[in-house]
Amino acid sequence: MSSVEFQSQILDLLDYLDKRPSNDCFAFNCPIEKLIDCMSALRDQLDFDLLVDATAIDWDQESPRYSVVYHLYSTSNREYIRIVSNCSNDTHPQAPSVSELYPAADWHERETFDLFGIHYTNHPNLKRILMWDEYPYHPLRKDFPLAGIPTDLPAPDVVEVTGASVKSAPLMGGPFVSSHGNHTSGSEPKGKDQSWTESDVKPAT
Amino acid sequence: MTQSQLSYNSKIEGEVVVTRTDAVINWIRSHSVWPMPMGLACCAIELMAAGSSRFDISRFGMEVMRFSPRQADCMIVAGTVTYKMAEVVRRIYDQMPDPKWVVAMGACASSGGMYRSYATLQGVDQILPVDVYISGCPPRPEALLDGMIKLQEKIRKESSTQDLIESKVS
Amino acid sequence: MAIKEISIGDTSTQASEVAEFQSEKMELNLGPSHPTTHGVLRVVLEMDGDVITKAEPVIGYLHRGDEKLAENMTYNQFVPYTDRLDYLAPLANNVTYAIAVEKLAGLELPPRCQAIRVLISELARISSHLLGLGVYGMDTGAWTPFMYCFTEREKLYTLFEELTGARFTTSYTRIGGVARDLPDGWTDRVIKFCDNLPSVIETVEKLLTRNKIFTDRTQGIGVISKEDALAYGITGPNLRASGVDLDLRKDKPYSGYENYDFDVPIGTTGDCYDRYLVRVEELYQSIRIVRQVIDKLPDGAWYAEEAKQIFSPPKDKVLTSMEELIQNFMITTEGPKMPEGEVYFEGENPKGALGFFVVSKGGGVPYRLKIRGPSFCNLSILEKLVPGHMMTDITVILGSLDFVMGECDR
Repeated sequence: MSSVEFQSQILDLLDYLDKRPSNDCFAFNCPIEKLIDCMSALRDQLDFDLLVDATAIDWDQESPRYSVVYHLYSTSNREYIRIVSNCSNDTHPQAPSVSELYPAADWHERETFDLFGIHYTNHPNLKRILMWDEYPYHPLRKDFPLAGIPTDLPAPDVVEVTGASVKSAPLMGGPFVSSHGNHTSGSEPKGKDQSWTESDVKPAT
Repeated sequence: MTQSQLSYNSKIEGEVVVTRTDAVINWIRSHSVWPMPMGLACCAIELMAAGSSRFDISRFGMEVMRFSPRQADCMIVAGTVTYKMAEVVRRIYDQMPDPKWVVAMGACASSGGMYRSYATLQGVDQILPVDVYISGCPPRPEALLDGMIKLQEKIRKESSTQDLIESKVS
Repeated sequence: MAIKEISIGDTSTQASEVAEFQSEKMELNLGPSHPTTHGVLRVVLEMDGDVITKAEPVIGYLHRGDEKLAENMTYNQFVPYTDRLDYLAPLANNVTYAIAVEKLAGLELPPRCQAIRVLISELARISSHLLGLGVYGMDTGAWTPFMYCFTEREKLYTLFEELTGARFTTSYTRIGGVARDLPDGWTDRVIKFCDNLPSVIETVEKLLTRNKIFTDRTQGIGVISKEDALAYGITGPNLRASGVDLDLRKDKPYSGYENYDFDVPIGTTGDCYDRYLVRVEELYQSIRIVRQVIDKLPDGAWYAEEAKQIFSPPKDKVLTSMEELIQNFMITTEGPKMPEGEVYFEGENPKGALGFFVVSKGGGVPYRLKIRGPSFCNLSILEKLVPGHMMTDITVILGSLDFVMGECDR
């Protein structure tokens, strides 16, 4: 069947989905409370058997701030699909976990929790996976600087001997890169002033 | 000829060599450095390539890559050290018996490399005393061998006997 | 005092029933620094004697913050970071990333550029599988295949160095094309390498494939069923060894793969031995594709000439003409001009399906770049797969999954 027919078949079956603009595969917006129903229908009735990716996007100043994104692949129809849902709360985002339906989502959701702070309800083991357990921040949020915020190293015996700690990476006012949007700036890209160097403290503005 | 070189005059002494203990100890130590490869990322592949037959680290007596720190002399930190991994690297270093040396191989181990981010330790010298820094991303195996030769030269200049006596006395 | 009667045959069963012989379970840490893991993976094992009852993999020891870095770099500046994801086949990562970003812009690449990309992807696949086989042999105790495979890889490194300037970590592709055209006579040297390679693979196969020690250690170990493999998101040779016919080069062809003729090996049982056999067969198929690409290599442009705001023009034009100079300046400082939108593209990398999810709000810097690393998904099955095996089997299982921590942790 053709792509257009397949897309209308999906929309007929799951009428709460909204089409979403995309450059390649089918993409739909799904309300967060219907997410589990949607994913189980996609798996059981439309044959999307492989969960390839589960992640999130932080839209920064917009509201709702966080969206969870799932990519599914159907081995029989050879099609991808993208499902995007907005998380309920902007300061303490929550989303339902699909790890019962797709065990692959287990680690992906742990990673999203680690990096964004999105709390997945009914997840079997929601703890940090890429950063160490006691790390206090969620690095991929837009308000977290690239260089990092100084904290303590997780091992007190090493700190005692070496005096090391988690420092901000020395970015010297950088990174020097243009910002988003289609405008052309009048001069070379300015530093984003994401952090302080090790020896200089950022002057109080 | 520096003072730590072996001197050997067979006409006078026959088969007895009279020299400084430093010369002998340093000669033995520098020609059988057993590395402990702390292979973390891409530089580990170049380390393995230096051990293979094309570049042959065995010419220098270093092909014995001991993964147990208790049996190794030199820790080659090859790859990016993250903050999560830093405590592991330090603990393994602490388990190595004296005398021990550290080689920071590659840009990531020397100074954090191109990963200036929240998760990367900006140089392994924040937690370990480094003897030789090797630059490159990744350094070619020839660069690694050059670094190990510099380490050998550094070992030859050490005052080993003094250190041994001091450690026995204290 | 009662005398307990124990006969030789049923010692073990009776021992577990006798209260004094009940032992506590032991926790063993297969630490992040270990000679048999392919990088810094830590597995916390709980063992009852020699049998593993629980296994918890701990990753993140190589998490360097790639995704956050990507939000602060232009698209072309991020290419060196993609090299270091799967650092055993960097050219394949470069190609997948470039195609993903070009999809965002809707660029069509000329046939020569696509053919070059297929050629380097398959050479990267050969390089990665050779190392996978060599190290797998070493994991089971065989040193010689490791040495043979590394010798062949050195020849590949010489070819890559001639093409790109670096042995590995090549950073060869750019958005809209590749960095430079193929050097003269390079394709002849590739053919000479391909002529020599099958005999080396046969030598390695003679040492391993029918070796009783190897087959005893790998057959029936680490069996992943079809349903489990799909449920846990496994892709690549691991999935194909479990019997699922999924190869993105055939199912969703990209970069001109539909023009070449090759087979996809599918396994039957999904144990470690099958995964080994699938990789060996893929080596032969990759050689087949490389020969076809070089036979049919079209002439023409090696970059998208009409993509004026995306691909930086060649240096001789930049240094002599004003318009190209301005283009070069804008692309280098601001980045290639991408439209708004989002795209997800997966390429068939040697370790599995490497995916890039790019969200752009316009301009030269991505808003969000998610890297779907195949090794991340392949490792998630360890918790289910390992319990029930003996301790010495775990090195074989880890070796057969052929993961690399660079793309797992990013």
